[in-house]
Amino acid sequence: MSFDWVNLAYLIAIVLFILGLRGLAHPRSAVRGNVMGALGMLVAVVVTLADQEVLPIGLLAGGIGIGAVLGVGLALSIKMTAMPQLVGLFNGFGGGASVLVAGLAILEIAGVIGTAPGEPDLQLSIAAVASGLIGTVTFFGSLVAFGKLQGIVTEKPVRYFGEQVVKIVIGAAAVSAAVMVVLDPAAYEMFWALVGISAVLGILLVVPIGGADMPIVIALLNSYSGLAAAATGFVLSNTILIVAGSLVGASGIILTRIMCVAMNRSLSNVLFGGVGGEAAGDGEDDVYAGKIRSTSAEEVAMILKSAHRVVFVPGYGMAVARAQTPVRMLTEAMESDGLEVEFGIHPVAGRMPGHMNVLLAEEDISYDKLREMDDINPTFPNTDVTIVLGANDVVNPRARENDSPIAGMPIMDTDKSRTVVVIKRSLSPGFAGIANPLFARDNTLMLFGDGKKAMEELVSAYHEA
Amino acid sequence: MDIGFVPILTIFVLAVFVGFEVITKVPPILHTPLMSGSNAISGITLVGAIASVGAGSGVAAAVLGFVSLVFASTNVVGGFLGTHRMLKKFRKRD
Repeated sequence: MSFDWVNLAYLIAIVLFILGLRGLAHPRSAVRGNVMGALGMLVAVVVTLADQEVLPIGLLAGGIGIGAVLGVGLALSIKMTAMPQLVGLFNGFGGGASVLVAGLAILEIAGVIGTAPGEPDLQLSIAAVASGLIGTVTFFGSLVAFGKLQGIVTEKPVRYFGEQVVKIVIGAAAVSAAVMVVLDPAAYEMFWALVGISAVLGILLVVPIGGADMPIVIALLNSYSGLAAAATGFVLSNTILIVAGSLVGASGIILTRIMCVAMNRSLSNVLFGGVGGEAAGDGEDDVYAGKIRSTSAEEVAMILKSAHRVVFVPGYGMAVARAQTPVRMLTEAMESDGLEVEFGIHPVAGRMPGHMNVLLAEEDISYDKLREMDDINPTFPNTDVTIVLGANDVVNPRARENDSPIAGMPIMDTDKSRTVVVIKRSLSPGFAGIANPLFARDNTLMLFGDGKKAMEELVSAYHEA
Repeated sequence: MDIGFVPILTIFVLAVFVGFEVITKVPPILHTPLMSGSNAISGITLVGAIASVGAGSGVAAAVLGFVSLVFASTNVVGGFLGTHRMLKKFRKRD
């Protein structure tokens, strides 16, 4: 037996992957970490190419070439605000590729392709159906998620009568198809039937989920794309697929859990229950009547001029309005006046985990000013002005009450700062559909308007004040 | 090459544990690059696609293999490059 160079090279690639992910523990080492990951991938691909007895050059060059061009084009052209969509789409591609590779293995067993029918093998067929099911759900679920984030499919939760029953029936059909493939892998048509049913399942699972729950869905699909790759690894008895796939699977599961905790909801509640939609009707008039103080950019600028510490709390509204640039300009102006400016980022602000951080980093805002919720919450009592920009539910004090729909959700304690300025188009409720008593507090000022325009007015008013 | 099922399962379980250990240390500020970067790693299926394309013959195998190559390499190249672009933006200013 000759020495197993291929698996040794895979081991090197695996070490590079792990070191690469470990690099992401700090912004300083993160770029290098990502490069190490890419290097690991290059090693794995080159060694695999070198190991093939038959090398269909045209097919390989064509496929990889088109994929590379597509990947470079997408990665370079996409705006940072559209990152959630892009990651969603790539998730889907990874899942789709895993399904097709598993399908090829099934066709080989059935003797449809290749020289002779392969040996039916329980590990192979179970792994192949797992990959087929998970990968297809990932592919089609990701396409729906992409559509929702891109605005092609409605971001509202789409709910209908008998929804759970439909999903259970389709899910049961997928499992039965999977069992039939395992019992008789030579019946390869059944594998593609499984893929078809899983496609419907993937669509049905994501369509009912609303925009504000997207961080959880994207994280979960991320995990699935890894698990599909790992399952394909079991099909091919390939160690690097298994290790890389399970690293990604673990990563997605951790992020999913963090997101769920940050919303105080269980995963099944996100997938099958869903907040919002039902009008809570808890009397917005009672909460707001006569208590809302509307302000102007000039007044806010004056307050800022006499402040020492200012905290921004951005939400998805900032991304929608593309208000990051004036935020940075105001930050720079205040800092040159000697003010302390920081940013409080709620874990689920935006449409994917860490979304706000990327947008602010793009504006060249120093990353040590981007503070986590638990980190910044104790500082609000010492904060003169908190500017809430396009966030609602994550700053709603009703989360502290036991009888509210968002009870127990950890929130940013903005109401503890001396003055709160809320920049918002109107008093309309957030995703949870409930009124926000923060807006009616004595120390809260409402600056109504489009996020970007309001911020720009604020910047010029600050310079004039 | 054939490894037995149990050794391969062992590798899987150990890798999940390593994944948990490593990922828990990633701060929330880098969660988007983490998703995008780990997503690029899940494009490792590219290796499987290359091996499958080499093994099969016939039109069906060629079409499936080709599409899986396109999907996986888009995932890999776009994923690492997009992550790189994002990470370059995280800077500390004094």
